[in-house]
Amino acid sequence: MATTEILLAGFGGQGVLFAGKILAYCGLMDNKELSWLPSYGPEMRGGTANCSVCISDEPIGSPLILAPDILIAMNQPSFDKFITEVKTGGKVFYDSTLIECECNRTDIEMYAIPSSQLADTNELKGGSNIILLGKLIKESNIFTLDTMKKAIEKVVPPSKSHLITNNFKAIEIGMNN
Amino acid sequence: MERNLMKGNEALAEAAIRAGCKCFFGYPITPQTELAAYMSKRMHKAGGVFLQAESEIAAINMVLGAASTGVRAMTSSSSPGLSLKSEGISYIAGSDVPAVIINVQRGGPGLGGIQPSQADYWQATKALGHGDFHLLVFAPASVQEMVDMVIKAFDKADEYRMPTMILADGLLGQMMEPVSFPEINANAHDKKIWAANGHCKKREHHIINSLYLKPDELENSVTERFRRYDIIKENETDAELYFTEDCDILLCAFGATARVVKSAVNDARAQGIKAGLFRPKTLWPFPVKEINEASKNAKKLLSVEMSMGQMIDDIKLAINCSKPVEFYGRTGGVIPTPAEVLAEIKKIGGAE
Amino acid sequence: MAVVFEKPKSLLDVPMHYCPGCTHGIVHRLICEVLDEMDIEGDTIGVCPVGCSVMAYDYFGCDMIEAPHGRAPAVATGVKRTNPDKFVFTYQGDGDLAAIGTAETVHSATRGENIVIIFINNTIYGMTGGQMAPTTLPGQVTQTTPFGRDPELAGYPVRVCEMLSTLTGTAYAHRVAVDTIPHIRETKKAIRKAFENQKAKKGFSIVEVLSTCPTNWGLTPTEAIKRLQDEMIPYYPLGVYKDITEEGNK
Repeated sequence: MATTEILLAGFGGQGVLFAGKILAYCGLMDNKELSWLPSYGPEMRGGTANCSVCISDEPIGSPLILAPDILIAMNQPSFDKFITEVKTGGKVFYDSTLIECECNRTDIEMYAIPSSQLADTNELKGGSNIILLGKLIKESNIFTLDTMKKAIEKVVPPSKSHLITNNFKAIEIGMNN
Repeated sequence: MERNLMKGNEALAEAAIRAGCKCFFGYPITPQTELAAYMSKRMHKAGGVFLQAESEIAAINMVLGAASTGVRAMTSSSSPGLSLKSEGISYIAGSDVPAVIINVQRGGPGLGGIQPSQADYWQATKALGHGDFHLLVFAPASVQEMVDMVIKAFDKADEYRMPTMILADGLLGQMMEPVSFPEINANAHDKKIWAANGHCKKREHHIINSLYLKPDELENSVTERFRRYDIIKENETDAELYFTEDCDILLCAFGATARVVKSAVNDARAQGIKAGLFRPKTLWPFPVKEINEASKNAKKLLSVEMSMGQMIDDIKLAINCSKPVEFYGRTGGVIPTPAEVLAEIKKIGGAE
Repeated sequence: MAVVFEKPKSLLDVPMHYCPGCTHGIVHRLICEVLDEMDIEGDTIGVCPVGCSVMAYDYFGCDMIEAPHGRAPAVATGVKRTNPDKFVFTYQGDGDLAAIGTAETVHSATRGENIVIIFINNTIYGMTGGQMAPTTLPGQVTQTTPFGRDPELAGYPVRVCEMLSTLTGTAYAHRVAVDTIPHIRETKKAIRKAFENQKAKKGFSIVEVLSTCPTNWGLTPTEAIKRLQDEMIPYYPLGVYKDITEEGNK
């Protein structure tokens, strides 16, 4: 496969970097080349946060994503900022609880999922990011469910291992909605 | 070998510990802070010392003290912090003490910014402090290279009794990539002949010093050091040559920028433009042989840097200005894009 | 014939560069007597400053490191932290310790670094030819205070022992002088105690020694001693400012 460039964007605190880390670990589990690059600086203290994840069979060139193949958007400003940058044929996954889609691009596939609301109703506080990942693996063939489960087990620190089941549940919800 | 996923800053720290670094003295500064944080967690368990100093100045002098006793010592910072450390680095060089210094560069001058930059090239290769001296400067372009180069930096520092530097940048420091840690051979360098760690009344006292009030003595000390530098120039240069054999236009870039440029070179090749990349892995000494080899068939060179153009001077000197050397750069923390570099390739090469 | 007096073994037999009447030699000797008596020369690393004692590494028989100006406490920290079983001392003047190196001094004290600092206070920059020091007294004429130090312009002198004694990390702060035989004996006792503190891992010990600089004061050695007594001691009272040892808690 060629390089798949995934851009995750949202507010600080929504787990954007964490979700990116899970994708990066998926790449590691599948023995791919990969890079994970966060935005850093004052933004991480409450402003917008985003992170670039590149997955490839070849060594990664520039890890900074300008035109993603896949956009995961978790708030309106990020959606508005990056929606025009998505490559033709790309896929966009967004939290429709927080984002109003005013985009009429027809060259990309849009997947709206009320991930914040789903997280609330299922008592998965802060699970919106993982629900979006569930949707991502259902609608793309980038990683298998099995890979993602392994990645989650790797990323969640041992002190918080009780959260693993919640994350699995969030993935499931994402896949079924 | 097992692959781990690590941030560049953390990989630098882990590699240093595995290379036998026994103490880390640092001061918080973005974008290298994860390195110190990692050290604070791991160093104690590894039987070493982590200390957050009151300043960059104190940190580098703690390194001077520890390294003077023969212990592997390291400090890290980002650009403004390096300016503060420069005094101590000059003393470390003048005292022939091995130490490893890391600069995860950010934009300057002044407080500058916190985004990636390569504008400390001149500082690292030409003037990291007062006086006649050099550091051996390594420029990694991936997290794996950060690991490999830290290990090498400790070895070469000991071998040549000099400070060595890893010149990274905020992009490499912050990004995660898979890394594996090689088996490391135990340090073979005997420091007993010079280390000031207490003579136990079994030898003459050792003095770690950079003061020579008699001009001829100072001259002798400096020329001896420069004879060592000649050996280093002969043996330690390193570079990656990518599609250089038949290239018409040779791009030159180091560190994170080289990754962007490599993408641009691939894009150019796909469009039938014969572009190649010369990537120095050592910035001092500059890989003179290697760039002459890489550019032998090129009509033009293009230096791409995250600065206003610093390495370009060394390129011109290395090829003795025998071919035109153009420049493209972004600065202040702006990262050039492959598309911009490709456009530049076409602009300067496409006219023919 | 019985030897009744000799040079300390850890004081090397080389000519010193100090001016006639300078008291550095006395303090060097006292340190070496202590190193000999405790038999720790082979386990000691000394750190020299920039200033008149910049070349002290040639005089002390233990291993020596030359620090940048003001940075001796940081260098000593690096040595001690990686060699906790060795003895580490710095030897610093007033410009080095209380001007350019104030941060290193204060922070090594507040961290309670288990090191000894011997601090020579002679109210002047000697090596560079007699400029104002942080400890120069009000009214004192120096090369850079030709009309006398005016606190309105140049601020007030720093009282180092008083300042450091407020820090929890400081174990021992003692100001002594080398103007008379009893004071010299007291100075040696203080230096010994500082090294004993290090041995007992008590933490940061500083001995401030009021000293003379006849050359830059423009006085004869005897006049210089008199100035130390008449002008310096009143401004910088001798005594123990802090002592956390049992002895000090009495």
